[in-house]
Amino acid sequence: MDFLNAIILLLNYIFVPALAYGSQLALGAIFVTLIYGILRFANFATGDMMSFGTMFTILFTWYFQSVGISLGVLPTALLAIPFAIIFMIGYMLLIDKFVFKYYRVNKSPPVQLAMVSIGVMFVTQAVVRIIIGPSDRRFFDGEKFIIKAGEFKEMTGLNEGLAIKSTQVITILVTIILVSTLFWFLNKTKTGKSMRAYSDNEDLALLSGIDPKRIVMITWIIAGILATIGGALYGLDKSFKPFTYFNNMLPIFAAAIVGGIGNPFGAFLGGYVIAFSEILLTYAYRKFFMYVLPESMEPGGLVQLLSTDYKFAVSFSILVIVLLYRPSGIFKGKVL
Amino acid sequence: MRKNLNVIAAYSIMMGLIILVGIFQSWNIALSIFNLCLISAVMTMGANIQWGYAGLINFGIMGYTALGGLAAVLISVNPVQEAWSAGGSNILFSLFLIIGMVLAVRYVLNKYEKSKTRTYIIASIIILGIIIIRFVSEPGIEAIEEVDPAKTGFLGGLGLPIIFSWIVGALFAGGLAFIIGKVALGLRADYLAIATLLISEIVIAIIKHEDWLTRGVKNVIGLKRPAPYEVNLQQTDWFINLVEKFNSSKLNLISDFADRQAALNQFVIEGSSVFVKLCYSGLFLIVVIILLILTQKALYSPWGRMMRAIRDNEEAANAMGKNVVKQHLLIFVLGSAIVGIAGAMLVTQDGLFTPGSYRPMRYTFLIWVMVIVGGSGNNFGAILGGFAVWFLWIEAAPIGLYLVNLTTAGLDDTHALKVHLIESVPYFRFLMMGIGLLLIMRYRPKGILPEKIEIK
Repeated sequence: MDFLNAIILLLNYIFVPALAYGSQLALGAIFVTLIYGILRFANFATGDMMSFGTMFTILFTWYFQSVGISLGVLPTALLAIPFAIIFMIGYMLLIDKFVFKYYRVNKSPPVQLAMVSIGVMFVTQAVVRIIIGPSDRRFFDGEKFIIKAGEFKEMTGLNEGLAIKSTQVITILVTIILVSTLFWFLNKTKTGKSMRAYSDNEDLALLSGIDPKRIVMITWIIAGILATIGGALYGLDKSFKPFTYFNNMLPIFAAAIVGGIGNPFGAFLGGYVIAFSEILLTYAYRKFFMYVLPESMEPGGLVQLLSTDYKFAVSFSILVIVLLYRPSGIFKGKVL
Repeated sequence: MRKNLNVIAAYSIMMGLIILVGIFQSWNIALSIFNLCLISAVMTMGANIQWGYAGLINFGIMGYTALGGLAAVLISVNPVQEAWSAGGSNILFSLFLIIGMVLAVRYVLNKYEKSKTRTYIIASIIILGIIIIRFVSEPGIEAIEEVDPAKTGFLGGLGLPIIFSWIVGALFAGGLAFIIGKVALGLRADYLAIATLLISEIVIAIIKHEDWLTRGVKNVIGLKRPAPYEVNLQQTDWFINLVEKFNSSKLNLISDFADRQAALNQFVIEGSSVFVKLCYSGLFLIVVIILLILTQKALYSPWGRMMRAIRDNEEAANAMGKNVVKQHLLIFVLGSAIVGIAGAMLVTQDGLFTPGSYRPMRYTFLIWVMVIVGGSGNNFGAILGGFAVWFLWIEAAPIGLYLVNLTTAGLDDTHALKVHLIESVPYFRFLMMGIGLLLIMRYRPKGILPEKIEIK
């Protein structure tokens, strides 16, 4: 019984939250990696682009709520996401046309493009803050829990409750659907294959008649979809605050690089690596050991490897270690 | 003279703008903008050495700034005796343990060939060391943080004049840069950017949460000043006489004695804060001029030529027998040390250390905008960038307000859109920075004052 309790404890506090958080990071990391693989620069505007998409999701959610449209138990935001994506793609293509295209055509070095993306970051951040403001916003509605801790305890008769939020399940499901569609697209369709070819060797791809303009456009469209959905899911699960999104850029970068930048599957797994290590290393295991160990051996302290203040530092340390020992990532990078 | 015409013109315009602020807003505001411009100029010089001279990308400026600020605290605050007696020995012992750990790792690195076993041994030394250090330091840290937590709760500093911290800040930042450079400089440019950005975040996380050393988010306030205090100035005779002399024409217009005294008092209060700011300006100006002379000398020295050669073609420079790795490390340390000075200056001026206020937007990306806009590779350009961008950063809010009022002139004062726009005026500075950066990068990629190398 104690053993079961211990497992439920870990599931409740580590596994489920880490899975949801990891999915959100994974979507962002695939976004970073796609831009890096095809447009060949590190996009420092990642976090702010995600907050931009989320902002549209929130605006549409408010609009739907005001006219009385809802999805019942599901959050209204799910209905708003497709409309937000359309705006987001428009914004992405606009930025590309007026900002990035010039440098791409001139074949500027990647560092210069990264600098330009900092300019885009400033502008996007300003636009988001001017339109929706810097404060914390929750836009979740519908049923909050799938299983409540109390219900679970009653059902099973265990001491530990397992609470699963509906946003966590939605996050994981949407991520699975989206990522598998994306991999199907990249691996099976002609356009996807030409994207991979372009990422692998630009000149050779051009020789074989691949239209670079089309590739770039499709990349931005996919990036827009990923950024909006990733951002909206994060906002649904936690809350929307532009500054948090800017900060999320860092673990997202970490995930993309740990997985091997330019490699979408690596980025996908990298998201979970970062999420799990962040939560595993900062969780206080005291209660877990109380269940597992006999009473005489109960630990005195919290049995916490690192204080939760260092949550971010964990992912960065992993990143630094990976960069030093395997700069191409855990999975070999730079092949889409 | 002729060649430098654009430099002189750009600086005159800049000074003119600051003087205009002095005339139209107030001299207090103008001087505080000027002081922060000088600090920004020091930061941009540091970043410019790394990016402009050597082509090294460093997104960790925030971390070095914070370390400089930490130096100001550790140098100037009086030591907290009870905290030292409560947990000082544990902390010192942990420090020895850390040194021992580093030496052990070095020994293993030197003694044995590179192999899997060696990596495992090093990893186990580090992990064991961390666990032991945690056990040793934990009681000490808890004891220190319990000493009067509302006022101290940390070890305090050395109690020296705060000016010394400018040098110590440089040493701290340089030391950190040495460690980072040792491990990360081999990375590709964009990886280096990300790695330095993340490491600076780790530095901030440590400063924020190690309360025994820095008081963390509880902040350290009331640091000692190198300049006189306003309150004291207002009571010194020579200062009152000075203010009287300066404003004699205005004061003479007032005939009534009581009114005249009241006006004089007002002038003295205003004058004291202007005087204090002027003191800071003088100190900062000395630092900027010394650094400018040094960096200019370096730029035109054989060493500067070598750095440019390395920047423009690393492989060729390597083939000519230049030690690229060593020079990169050197310039990384030098640039970061200069940023460290700026960090200490900033805390000196504010008189308080607030770890929570270090954000990458303000302390990393804004500095980069300054360098790019001003002109990388050109010291005068970088300093001008620091001035121009900081000026715009501060004055963006009034300009934004003016623009909002202009464009929404037709709307009612209570119109929702107008109210919303006026509320979001502070964010127009991000917009202006972003658009400014994009425009400069597109139409004047070398900055306002581009790099100009003349062989003398």
